[in-house]
Amino acid sequence: MKKSMTALLVVITALIMSGRGSVSAADLIKVDGSSTVYPITEAVAEEFQKTERGKTRVTVGISGTGGGFKKFCNGELDISDASRPIKESEVALCGKNGIEYIELPVAYDGLAVLVNPRNNWIDSITVKELKKIWEPASQGKNTRWNQIRAGWPDKEMHLFGPGVDSGTFDYFTEAIVGKGGASRGDYTASEDDNVLVQGISTDALALGFFGVAYYDHNKDTLKLVPVDDGNDANGKGPVLPTYENVVEGAYQPLARPIFIYVAKKNADKPEVKRFIEFYMKNAGGLSKEVGYIALPQKAYELALKRFERKLAGSVFGGHGATVGVKIEEILKRE
Amino acid sequence: MKRRISKWADRSFFTVGLAATLVGLVVLFALMLDILSDGIGRLSLQFLTSFPSRHPEEAGILSAWVGTVWVMAITGVIAFPVGIMAAIYLEEYAKKNYLTGFIEINIANLAGVPSVIYGLLGLGLFVRAMALERSVLSGAATLAILVLPIIILSTREALKAIPFSIREASYALGATKWQTMRNQVLPAALPGILTGTILAMSRAIGETAPLITIGALTYVAFLPASPVSSQFPFVNLTGLFDAFTVLPIQIFNWVSRPQKGFSTNAAAAIIVLLAITFLMNSVAVWIRHRYQKKIRW
Repeated sequence: MKKSMTALLVVITALIMSGRGSVSAADLIKVDGSSTVYPITEAVAEEFQKTERGKTRVTVGISGTGGGFKKFCNGELDISDASRPIKESEVALCGKNGIEYIELPVAYDGLAVLVNPRNNWIDSITVKELKKIWEPASQGKNTRWNQIRAGWPDKEMHLFGPGVDSGTFDYFTEAIVGKGGASRGDYTASEDDNVLVQGISTDALALGFFGVAYYDHNKDTLKLVPVDDGNDANGKGPVLPTYENVVEGAYQPLARPIFIYVAKKNADKPEVKRFIEFYMKNAGGLSKEVGYIALPQKAYELALKRFERKLAGSVFGGHGATVGVKIEEILKRE
Repeated sequence: MKRRISKWADRSFFTVGLAATLVGLVVLFALMLDILSDGIGRLSLQFLTSFPSRHPEEAGILSAWVGTVWVMAITGVIAFPVGIMAAIYLEEYAKKNYLTGFIEINIANLAGVPSVIYGLLGLGLFVRAMALERSVLSGAATLAILVLPIIILSTREALKAIPFSIREASYALGATKWQTMRNQVLPAALPGILTGTILAMSRAIGETAPLITIGALTYVAFLPASPVSSQFPFVNLTGLFDAFTVLPIQIFNWVSRPQKGFSTNAAAAIIVLLAITFLMNSVAVWIRHRYQKKIRW
């Protein structure tokens, strides 16, 4: 009986797949890593496979930036998606296994600070105020709007943000509180940004943050808050996460570049070469399409040159999440 | 007076029991309705025969559902015989001593271990040590280990439920132990064994965490090599070593994307996953029904 059950399943599978014979001789490019970078790599892989007509297969996973680097440094991947530069511990692991990598920026990811559209008292917020809201010491203490800025109403403040496992949370805490992962715990946390959108759009006293992409798709139910970092050198006063502001480095510290890392030993494989060339040529348009902010065209050209010269290593020196970087600066560094 | 109270207690227990049953049913029904209303419009042949895409309306679940069927089939092939044989040994053959007691306690504990731990085991053992990479076989082997304790426990329960007098009668007629097992105990226990096994498989089909840990992928725009080939010997097992994705991972990815269209896709994919689970469960019910009728002592 067991056997006939199994046989049944196998036969069903066989029926489904007969005639769809796979091209087992196809080249395979293995990509894994950040779920933030995933939509861009997926889009590039989709278009790339169309132009390759079955000659090359690309697989993309979502193990997270850290999980991706672990596999990458074990020599299991061709490319690792990363929403932050490589960290010291990962540099060490890669070094131990003799894996060299080429670091290529692919787009910007911006974090948006949001409130409910019925909130009529907030028209901007400073980084200091954001810190006062989110730092661990505020837990259970700063719970009302007027505690943050005199003049804001004496009403409860309801906080929403991504859960502690996300790279977004790491980046926000690094940028605002000053220490990655340091945050108050008494807020509504969800790994699913749609839950946050839902929460903020139905609660007049809400304040939260998440990726700009989610704001773009929910513009009518949320109110975007401009952020003032108090440093007039990079944009005077409160700044909105628009394309220009992000690219010019004015929307600081809440915009970051995201990356792919290519294993140097595989960079000579013709299919990997073709994929990276295709990636750098199309990342601009495709990243916009899936909700990210494209790098300036020049940056993609510089990045491609970097790949062609096989310039290994990270320009961030293994410091992990880095706040306030301009892409031109990155690409000038060697 | 006392009679009245106990009558009242009797009736109120009935109401409470009914309410408790309904809570589960109503929640399930509401969830189904919600998912159906979100996703049913998206279900189409195109959805079932397309690979993932960044355009929600062009995206489909072909690689995901074929991956799920592959992985479940191989999981079954591994877990069924091993689990059932282990259970028969522990229940019928093993001597009751400290060692068996130790093994039994451990199996019971394993049934409660969080699934991501099995993922880590799979990553270390199958993906790296045995170098099976992130293949269908690695995924299925990991899930097989995940469901083994459940299969063993439920099989033992099914074996325990066979009255001892049946075995004694069989021995009295001169049957050996194996003949008794084969001809009396196993056929009688089979419905129970299958029910437990299928329930275990239903758990495995929804697992995401262990598969993500071992490195099942999200974007896979091809299928594992077909198991039938046009050339001799007509069987092709290279598909076992191909990369794969499964429905829960595809759903997980779609749910966490901002575009509206992807949440509709997720709902439609959930309907397909529910349908596959439902199909598996109905097969179990049907088999149990068929076998129960056959047994006459």
